[in-house]
Amino acid sequence: MEITTRSLWTMIHGMGFGALYLMACSGALVELYRRYSPRNLAAPVQNEENFLRIYLVAMAALAWLAVLTGAYIIYPWYRAAAPPGTANLAAFPQRLLLASPTTRGWHAIGMEWKEHVAWLAPISITMAAGVVFQYGRDLKKHSQLRAAVLGFVWISLATAAIAGFFGAMINKNAPVEGGPVIHIVQGEQK
Amino acid sequence: MSAQNTSASAVSTSHPNGAGAAAILAAGIGAFLVAVFAILADQNAAIKSMMIFWKPTGPLSGVTTCAIVLWLASWALLHLRWRNRNVVLSRINAAAFAMLTLGLLLTFPPIADLF
Repeated sequence: MEITTRSLWTMIHGMGFGALYLMACSGALVELYRRYSPRNLAAPVQNEENFLRIYLVAMAALAWLAVLTGAYIIYPWYRAAAPPGTANLAAFPQRLLLASPTTRGWHAIGMEWKEHVAWLAPISITMAAGVVFQYGRDLKKHSQLRAAVLGFVWISLATAAIAGFFGAMINKNAPVEGGPVIHIVQGEQK
Repeated sequence: MSAQNTSASAVSTSHPNGAGAAAILAAGIGAFLVAVFAILADQNAAIKSMMIFWKPTGPLSGVTTCAIVLWLASWALLHLRWRNRNVVLSRINAAAFAMLTLGLLLTFPPIADLF
C-alpha cells in the first residue's frame, strides 16, 4: 500500500481541512442559533462561551488552511503545463480534463468556480469568529447581528460544499498524482 | 431624571453594534472583491498579468491577495469609524448580503463570462 506525496497533500487539503470544516459548520450553526436566541433564557456559562469562541477560531484556521493549501500547494500541480507533444497527460490534470469534451466542464466550470468561491468561506467564518469574540453573550441583545452572522455561516457552508463537491469530482476524473511515493504498509505475499 | 439615568445606563451597558456592523460589511466587501478581481483578471490580459504574484499559482494568487488585503483594510477602517457607535444595521446587513450573494454568483463562470 502506497501513496504519492501529491495525493497525500490532496487528501490533507480535501479530507483533512475541507471535510472537517464542512462537518464543523453544522455544529457552529446549531450553537449560534441556540445559544444566542432571545428565547434561550438559560444563564450563559463562561466555559461554554469560551468553547464556542475557540471552536469558531479553529474553524477559521481550518478554512484558511484549506484554501491556502489548495491554492499554493495543489493548484500549481493541477495547472502545470505539459511539454509540447506530451501524449500521456496523467501528470497534468488540467490538460487532461481539457483534452476531452466529456471532462472539459469539470475544469471550465468546476475548477474555475471552486478556485474563487472557496475564498468566501474563510472570509465569512473569520467575520463570524470576530463578531462572536467581540460580543459573546451580548449577541442575544443584537438580534440583527446574530442573524447576519448566521447567514454568513450558512453561505460559508454552501461555498465550502461547492468547493468540496467540485474538488472531489475533479480529483476523480483527473487525480493530482506524482512526486515521491510513500510506502504505508507492505502487503502479504500469497 | 430617573428615566434619563435608566436610559443612560442601558446604553452604557449595551455593546454598540458598530464593531459588528463593520465586520459584516467588510466581509461582504471582501466576498464581492474576490469576484470583481477574478472577472477583471479573466477579461483583461494586462490585469491578468499584473495579478500573477506567484507564478505557479498564476493570477489566482493576485486576485485573492488583493481581495483579502482590501477586505482587511476595509474592516480596520470601518471598525475605527464605527466601534463606539450604534449604526442602522438593517441597511448594512442588506448591503453585506447583496455583496456576498453577488460574490457567490459572479464567481460562477457562466455568469462571469457575461462580462
